[in-house]
Amino acid sequence: MARVRVQREDFDPGAEAEALARERTDVGAVVSFVGYCRDEGGSLAALELEHYPGMVEEEIARAAVEAEARWPLLGANVIHRHGRVAPGERIVFVAVAAAHRGAAFAAAEMLMDYLKTRAPFWKRAIRSDGAVEGWIEPKQEDDRSAGRWSAGAD
Amino acid sequence: MKALYFAWVRERVGRAEEELNPPPAVETVGDLIAWLRERGEGYARAFDKPAAVRAALDRVHARSDASIAGVKEVAFFPPMTGG
Repeated sequence: MARVRVQREDFDPGAEAEALARERTDVGAVVSFVGYCRDEGGSLAALELEHYPGMVEEEIARAAVEAEARWPLLGANVIHRHGRVAPGERIVFVAVAAAHRGAAFAAAEMLMDYLKTRAPFWKRAIRSDGAVEGWIEPKQEDDRSAGRWSAGAD
Repeated sequence: MKALYFAWVRERVGRAEEELNPPPAVETVGDLIAWLRERGEGYARAFDKPAAVRAALDRVHARSDASIAGVKEVAFFPPMTGG
């Protein structure tokens, strides 16, 4: 049911969210999230995202199946970019449709937490002077956030 | 089996993929890491702290005690930082 795309290109978040409700009368809520490349110190030229082709799509689809088992969803749409992404550009998109907003909000948040901690993507920073930094370390808060959705940790 | 390496594991090993033929005594992901560490300096650096490296077997996340029997594709990579 979930549509999953991993691509180099940008996307249109409005159209992608709207697509979940188009030509349907049972959708009462679409919750969408857009993640952007953010520059903290004013020196970031771009983030470079490496991924594991094949596994990454399967892993996101597995997370979507878990979300469907947990909430009554009517559709999900996930896009994650790879390659170089400059500050201010969109990196990731998650949208979930349901009859009611509660399920849509919760499932969108779960999918984002899974994307951060389980989808095989790795980021590194490229500075404006051309220097390539080391690989970005995972944040403990992301692991804690994702842990909320583990079996038994409702 | 085919081995894939990503991010700093790939950089330290010095290649993105290769064919591995571990001996029969190598039964788990943990055994495979211990065996790879003996293959040279790059591998030793990549797998210096085995707990810092994640693995996937046939494109599914796997723990170090998971069996590699019958596996066609093994991948090693750092903790993920998507989103």
